[in-house]
Amino acid sequence: MSLLDVRDLQVDFGRRHIPAVRGVNFSLDAGQRLGVIGESGSGKTVTALAVMGLLPENAHVAGSVVLDGQQIVGLAERGLARLRGNTVSMVFQEPMTALDPTMRVGRQVAEVLRLHQGAESGPARERVVAMLAEVGLSDADRIADAYPHQLSGGQRQRVVLAMALINSPSLVICDEPTTALDVTVQALVLAKLDEVLDASGAACLFISHDLAVVSQVCDQVLVMLDGRIVESGTVEKLFTAPEHPYTRGLVATARLDLTVPGQRLPTVDDFYAGGDHG
Amino acid sequence: MAEHTATPGELYRAEALTRRYRDGGREVLALDSVDLHLDRGQRLGIVGESGSGKSTLVRLLAGLDRPTSGRVWFEGTEITRLPERDLGVLRASVQMVFQDPRSSLNPRMRVGDIITEPLRSRLVRRQLPAGTDHQHRLAEVLEAVDLPEDAGRRYPHEFSGGQRQRIAIARALAPKPEVLIADEPVSALDVSVRAQVLNLLTDLVASQGLTLVVVSHDLMVVRHLCDRLVVMRQGRIVEEGATETVYETPATAYTRALLDAVPRIRTSRG
Repeated sequence: MSLLDVRDLQVDFGRRHIPAVRGVNFSLDAGQRLGVIGESGSGKTVTALAVMGLLPENAHVAGSVVLDGQQIVGLAERGLARLRGNTVSMVFQEPMTALDPTMRVGRQVAEVLRLHQGAESGPARERVVAMLAEVGLSDADRIADAYPHQLSGGQRQRVVLAMALINSPSLVICDEPTTALDVTVQALVLAKLDEVLDASGAACLFISHDLAVVSQVCDQVLVMLDGRIVESGTVEKLFTAPEHPYTRGLVATARLDLTVPGQRLPTVDDFYAGGDHG
Repeated sequence: MAEHTATPGELYRAEALTRRYRDGGREVLALDSVDLHLDRGQRLGIVGESGSGKSTLVRLLAGLDRPTSGRVWFEGTEITRLPERDLGVLRASVQMVFQDPRSSLNPRMRVGDIITEPLRSRLVRRQLPAGTDHQHRLAEVLEAVDLPEDAGRRYPHEFSGGQRQRIAIARALAPKPEVLIADEPVSALDVSVRAQVLNLLTDLVASQGLTLVVVSHDLMVVRHLCDRLVVMRQGRIVEEGATETVYETPATAYTRALLDAVPRIRTSRG
């Protein structure tokens, strides 16, 4: 049985039922990593929020999302809260949305641990410092005592990663986790994510608009466009033999390193004229 | 006011630019004795990590901030110690585009008013030809950035991220500047939209005869847009040269690290 099985997922919003996800199917095995690429508004984040049970109240969800044998669609908040952290956790683009600015980061990571495992505060501190070290924060003891604003963006995102991993979830959902970071820090965080996923054996759903970033962590990729999956396969297949014209466009725009400086860059519109991509 | 003899074609000269500020109780040296020159028509890239001083440097060039010490000349005139009221030429000739068009565009203003705002500025107005027709200029710049004619009557939230960045570029073009300074112009955009905005900037530099300064942490973006490049680290310039030379044969380990960090598509992991 798959760890995550999404069948005919449909999400729309508000009284006018504006569609965001229009019938999405995919599954994820334990330890597998799946990238979801697409641009703003393609439905990739809404799909992830549906898996976390984090959609706002004005969302209408139809279809089925089964995580670790449990149906998420229609599940009450209490059941969802138990799943989050234990079975599934999430890393967002902006680490400050996940961190409390008034609390030392070590305590915040410990809180996640205590919430789900009821650990005592003594050993919790040790676990927290070990986890911070594992995500590549040297001087983890000092970092644990720092407030979020005293850390750099890359350090903050690794604290969030530590929070996401400390309960050894089966699935980690990452939504544009490095988009707000410098390229050097991004490379560091991606390498660390790859490493800690390997070590923990957790599965990963990795959402990004950037195929190059996704390929650092995932072998399998879904391409979303206007709420639908238009193509799926290995990174290699998508990259060497993309089938959908939109995917061809995405691959072409992702390769800034292959272009001649100053010459006109290929755009998605050169390959796929189906939407508004301005 | 200190004058200096500008070499032909010289637009900017900066000498020993230093900027310190206090952050809480801590003193931060954001810029540490930087020298720079920029000729008319050049396309200069400034690359470095967060905190390397690249944004501080362009803010000083644009006259948005004052150095702690050091001097900046624009077209042979020292601007560093000029009072704000004498900065009219600079305000009209140098325009900036920022990273996030969501926060740089006033959500309560119509796009047309946002774009023509620089034309209404008291300092800039005096530098423009008498009788500059704002509506005519609005139509011109909307066309230049490839936005529909009726865009001026709408509000920023009605546009996508890429379109909002076009609006910011249109506003920068409105007073017919000589220099366009773009600070991380595509960092907040989807990869699929990035190419369109880079193409637009390339076209505009050619068609409007602009001198371009691009700040980015991404060497690939700078490589595409710029012919000359400076690499900054901890407030200093650590490497400079022709973009292709720096790109092909980086002289410092830091530049090499910046290059290696650019994500490339990896078809098999491990």
